[in-house]
Amino acid sequence: MTVSFLAAAVVAGTPLLFATLGEIITEKAGNLNLGVEGMMLMGAVSGFYVGVTTNQPLLALAAAFLAGAGGALIFAVLTISLRANQVVSGLALTIFGTGFSGFIGQKLIGQVVPNNLKAFFKPFPFPLLNRIPILGEVLFSQDMFVYLGYAAAIVIGVYLYKTRLGMNLRAVGENPAAADAAGINITLNKYLHVLLGGALCGLGGAYLSLVYVPAWQENVIAGRGWIAVALVIFAAWNPYKAVIGAFLFGGLDIIGFRIQGTGFPVSLYFVDMLPYLATIVILVITSMKKSRENVPPKGLGVSYFREER
Amino acid sequence: MKKMLCLFLVVMMVALLGTGCGGQESTPAEQDSTVKVGFVYVGPVGDGGWTDAHNEGKLYMEEQLQVETVIKENVPEGPECEKVINDMIDQGCNIIFATSFGFMDYAEKAANNHPDVKILHCSGYKSSENMNNYFGRMYESRYLSGIVAGMRTEANKIGYVAAYEIPEVIRGLNAFTLGVRSVNPEAVVKVKWTHTWYDPAKEKEAAKALLAEGVDVIAQHQDTTGPQQAAEESGVWSIGYNTDMSESAPTAYMTSPIWHWGPYYVSQVKAVMDGTWKSEAFLGNLKDGTVDLVPLTENAPEGAQEAVEKAKAEILSGENKIFTGPLKDNTGELRVKEGITMTDEELFGTEFMWLVEGVEGKVE
Repeated sequence: MTVSFLAAAVVAGTPLLFATLGEIITEKAGNLNLGVEGMMLMGAVSGFYVGVTTNQPLLALAAAFLAGAGGALIFAVLTISLRANQVVSGLALTIFGTGFSGFIGQKLIGQVVPNNLKAFFKPFPFPLLNRIPILGEVLFSQDMFVYLGYAAAIVIGVYLYKTRLGMNLRAVGENPAAADAAGINITLNKYLHVLLGGALCGLGGAYLSLVYVPAWQENVIAGRGWIAVALVIFAAWNPYKAVIGAFLFGGLDIIGFRIQGTGFPVSLYFVDMLPYLATIVILVITSMKKSRENVPPKGLGVSYFREER
Repeated sequence: MKKMLCLFLVVMMVALLGTGCGGQESTPAEQDSTVKVGFVYVGPVGDGGWTDAHNEGKLYMEEQLQVETVIKENVPEGPECEKVINDMIDQGCNIIFATSFGFMDYAEKAANNHPDVKILHCSGYKSSENMNNYFGRMYESRYLSGIVAGMRTEANKIGYVAAYEIPEVIRGLNAFTLGVRSVNPEAVVKVKWTHTWYDPAKEKEAAKALLAEGVDVIAQHQDTTGPQQAAEESGVWSIGYNTDMSESAPTAYMTSPIWHWGPYYVSQVKAVMDGTWKSEAFLGNLKDGTVDLVPLTENAPEGAQEAVEKAKAEILSGENKIFTGPLKDNTGELRVKEGITMTDEELFGTEFMWLVEGVEGKVE
C-alpha cells in the first residue's frame, strides 16, 4: 500500500519535476519566466497532436520539446532582445499558451493516445537498480519519462556546479555586467537557457497528455505550472532539491485519496492545504538560515542593458 | 524602433490569441436583432463534460433560432463573473445564461443592476423579477446508471470519483447508490472526494486509489474523463457523466447520465423574443428529456438494457420516485420513514448532506 502510494507520488511529481528544472535553468540565466503553465500546455498539445497523427513516440517527444522552446522563444525575444518586463511577458505567454493549446486541441478532444505509443511509454523495471528493496519499486519500476526526469536533474546539476559553461551561466544570472566584462556572450547564454528551460516545460506538459492522462482534454495541466514556479523557490534553485520537492508535492497532491476510507482522523481540507503549508515552512526555514545558496540569482527579473554598466 | 517591434509582437500575440479562441461570436446570415444571448462558462467548451453539454445546447439553440451569441469560457466562480456578465451586457446581450453554481451571487447582483436583462442561472436557488434558476433531476439518470453498475460489478464494490461534498453531488451519489442496491443489495459504493471539478490527472489518481481498494466499476461526478482512463487501463468498467465518453475509454465505458439543454434554451430565448418570458424556476427531468442516459454500449452486462428500460418506465409513470423511504444513512440512522417521499425542497435544499446506506465514505 505504502509502496504503491510512493510510486504513484513519483508519477504525479514527474510533470512538476520537468517544469521545475526548466524554470530553474531559465531563472539561473536571470530570466523570470512565469509562462510555465503556457509552455506546458503548448508541449502537451503539440506532443499529443504529433503522437496521434504520426504514431511515432520520439516525434511526439520532439514536438513537445520544440513547442515548449517555441513558447520560450516568444518570451526570450520580448525580454532579452527587446528588454520588455519579464513578469508581464511571462503572464502573457501563459495566456497565449492556453489559447494555443485550446485552438490546436479543438479537433483532438476525446481522442486517446494510440496503443503503440502507450506501449512505448509503459513502465518497465530499470535493470539492476530495480532490485533495491522498496526504492527499486518506488523509483525504478516506472516509465521512461520518469527515468528521463532523473537524468535531466543529474545532468543539469553537474552542468551547473561542475562545468565551466555552468559557471558562466550562473555568472550571467548573478551579475551580467561582470560576466559580460569577462567575455561571456550574455545574449547567447540567456537565449539558449531560456529556450532549453521552455523545452523542459514542454516535456513536462507532454507527460500529462501522453502518459498520465493518455487522452486529450483542454487545460490538462490544471495549474501545475504555477506549482512548478513555487517549487523553484522551494528547491532554492537547486536541481537535486527539485527532485525531492517535485515528488513531495506530487505525493501531497494525491495523499488525500489514500487517506479517505482508511478512517485516519484528519480533515480532507487540511490535506488539501499541505503543499502550501510546506512551502511556507520551507520559506521560513530557508530565510532564517540566510545561507547564500538559498537566495535567488541576483540578476533575476532585471533586463540587462550593456550601456548601463 | 525596438519599442515599436515590441508593441507589434504583443499585438500579434493578442491577435493570435483571438484566433486561438476562434468562434467566440457567430453571425448567422438571417439573425434576429432583438436578442443577443450570452453564455458564461466555468470551464472550456473542450472539456468533453459539463461546459461541453451547455455549449451543445447553445449550438442547438443557434441552429433553431438564428440569434447572435457571445460566450466566455473558463470564468472563475468569483467576482470576475460579475465583470464578465456586465461586459456581455455592454456588448448588447439581453439574455445571459450563467452556467455554474458559484456564479449565483454575482448573477443576482448583475440582475439587480440591469432590470432589462434576463439572467438565467444554472444549478442555484436564487431568483428575482429578471433572474431565474434552472436545473434538472439528474438523479433520475444517475439512478438508472446505478442499475447498470450494480449488475456489472463482480467484486460488489463500485468506485465513485466525486468533486465536492455539496448537495448536488451528494444527491447524485445517493441516487446512484440506490440504483445499484435496487438490483444488487450486496454492493457498496466507495466514494473519493477530489475537491476539484477539472483536473484530469488528479481525478484519474482518485480512480486509481479506488481501484487499489478492489473496485471493478468506476463512476464519477467530475467534468473530465480522467476517471475513465484509469478504468480503461485496469481493464475494468466505467460510467461517465455529461457526455458520451465511449471514445475515451472504448473497452471500459458503459454509459453516462447526460444533459440536453438545447430544447430548454430554445424555449427561453423564444419566450424573450415573443415577450412572454417570466421568471420561473425550471427543473428538467427524464420526461422532458433534459436529463437522459446514453444508450448502453456492448460493455454493459446482459439484461441491463431491459432493467434500465423498466426502471425508466417506472420513473416516468411516477411509480418510482427514487428517494422514497425507508431510507437509512450510512451510519444506520433512519432518515426517511417508510412510505414517505422526500420533497423537492428536501432534495434540492442544503440539508441533504447525508449519504445513504451502502456508500462507504463520509461528508465533512
